[in-house]
Amino acid sequence: MKRIDLEREDLVRVWRRDFPILDTRPNGKPLVYLDNAATTQKPYSVIETESDYYRNTNSNVHRGVHWLAERATEAYERSRATVAQFINAADPSEIVFVRGTTEAINLVANSFARPRLQPGDEIVVSAIEHHSNIVPWQLACEHTGAALKVVPVDDTGTLDMRAFEALLGPRTQLVALAHVSNALGTVNPVKKLIDIAHRHGIPVLLDGAQAVAHMPVDVRSLDCDFYAFSGHKLYGPTGIGVLYGKAKWLDSMPPWQGGGDMIRTVSFEKTTYNELPWKFEAGTPNIAGAIALAAAIDYVGSLGFAAIEAGEHALLEHATGELQNVDGVRLIGTAAEKSGILSFVVDGIHAHDVGSILSDAGVAVRAGHHCAMPAMARFNVPATVRASLALYNTHEEIDALVKGLARVKELFGS
Amino acid sequence: MSDIRELYQEVIFDHYRRPHNRHDVDHASHTAVGYNPLCGDRVKLALRIENGIVTEVGFDGEGCAIATASASMMTDLVKGKTLEEAEQLIERFQGMVTGDPEAAQRDTESLGKTRILAGVRDYPARVKCATLAWHTLSAALHGRKEHEE
Repeated sequence: MKRIDLEREDLVRVWRRDFPILDTRPNGKPLVYLDNAATTQKPYSVIETESDYYRNTNSNVHRGVHWLAERATEAYERSRATVAQFINAADPSEIVFVRGTTEAINLVANSFARPRLQPGDEIVVSAIEHHSNIVPWQLACEHTGAALKVVPVDDTGTLDMRAFEALLGPRTQLVALAHVSNALGTVNPVKKLIDIAHRHGIPVLLDGAQAVAHMPVDVRSLDCDFYAFSGHKLYGPTGIGVLYGKAKWLDSMPPWQGGGDMIRTVSFEKTTYNELPWKFEAGTPNIAGAIALAAAIDYVGSLGFAAIEAGEHALLEHATGELQNVDGVRLIGTAAEKSGILSFVVDGIHAHDVGSILSDAGVAVRAGHHCAMPAMARFNVPATVRASLALYNTHEEIDALVKGLARVKELFGS
Repeated sequence: MSDIRELYQEVIFDHYRRPHNRHDVDHASHTAVGYNPLCGDRVKLALRIENGIVTEVGFDGEGCAIATASASMMTDLVKGKTLEEAEQLIERFQGMVTGDPEAAQRDTESLGKTRILAGVRDYPARVKCATLAWHTLSAALHGRKEHEE
């Protein structure tokens, strides 16, 4: 057993070399980057693909007839196919490039939910959603007179399945849930949730921002109707993200932004729209971002989710045990099914003080409400400290976190 | 970046553990609540101002060490000051924690103990923790009931 762990650590050490920023030394101390739920670091292949694009390929897409334009278009569309394959979509046309998870959800809220919602209709979310999976629905509800219904969670941060099913009714138009909770790390039983919703004839959107970098996602096996994620939490660049939607839904939805590229013909009398997915991609897209995202997907694919998951899971177990051993530390979010997110509070010490003092020791964590204020309210804390793991994190880094916490407590004299 | 201990000095911890002026104010003439939604810090401030002088001031609320110590030291400082002096102190404190160090050093003498918070300049994400109580004071003096960072 121990031998396998050592092999795993060796593997992680090799992976770490792919990420140049990990050599940074804040305050002369080694960087311990445990804020991966906010954004992940980028491997050389992603950084180089993006700069390579600007060096050798840069052109606008779907417009020019010249050599560079064709080359850029081909690379951009090849990236779409890479994404489709990555989440096992039936067709690349079901992949819409957007800025990130937030924009993906807003697209669905505007083009799918709003036209369908009638006064008295309902949208179901959970108590531990990120604000980006709450506010777009609230806006849609305000506009239409629909209402938001909230699935409660228990004290471990696990969704109440019975309450979930009880909330589904004839007025429910959509269920929108996190695949993995960003504030607590809970992995929701999404397959089961989707089955239940579908039995009631209700489509489901999954916010996959915290999932795609940590576990294989198969949208067809899940049978989800929409799946949203960001490139930058998947070792890719910021400003690029993905909305997957079943073709039957995307086809039925009106465009949400107008402009170039999303049209077929324009006249002042009547404009006809482009086919999927370009109908939803008005304006020049983040071409370099999409291509670099494909490089990130290729990178993750080259390591394999089996190895990534095994490493992160072992580290999560180690970190959970270590943190539980620190006097005065209380973990928030202790669901049986968890991803590599450790949210915690320290007795008598505010999360921001903990975060600042840890930062001084070179340990980067998030301190705050993690854009999930209702989740914080559910657990009756104003804020938590959050350490979140990625494929390049080591046992030593968890030890540095624990050592940093000892220093926090020492400074506070508690 | 400087050592974190320059910010988290013993004085800060003293004020955090045993805040001064953490109490209600009888016959308060000016009150305001300050809130920082980013971290959930909240400061409730009450003052009694008689003949243009702050004769009593108290606060309550929850916050990090920096926010609590800042409220504690601020209330110590403004007690007994005229409205004009209080306004001046707000401006100087703001300058000290955000402005350039030279200008700040020149006219911070009047800021007394609160000068220990100057170190927060090196931690931009924490400046609002230090200014919350001061901005709430400003809101109270100007008749606004709420302040949000």
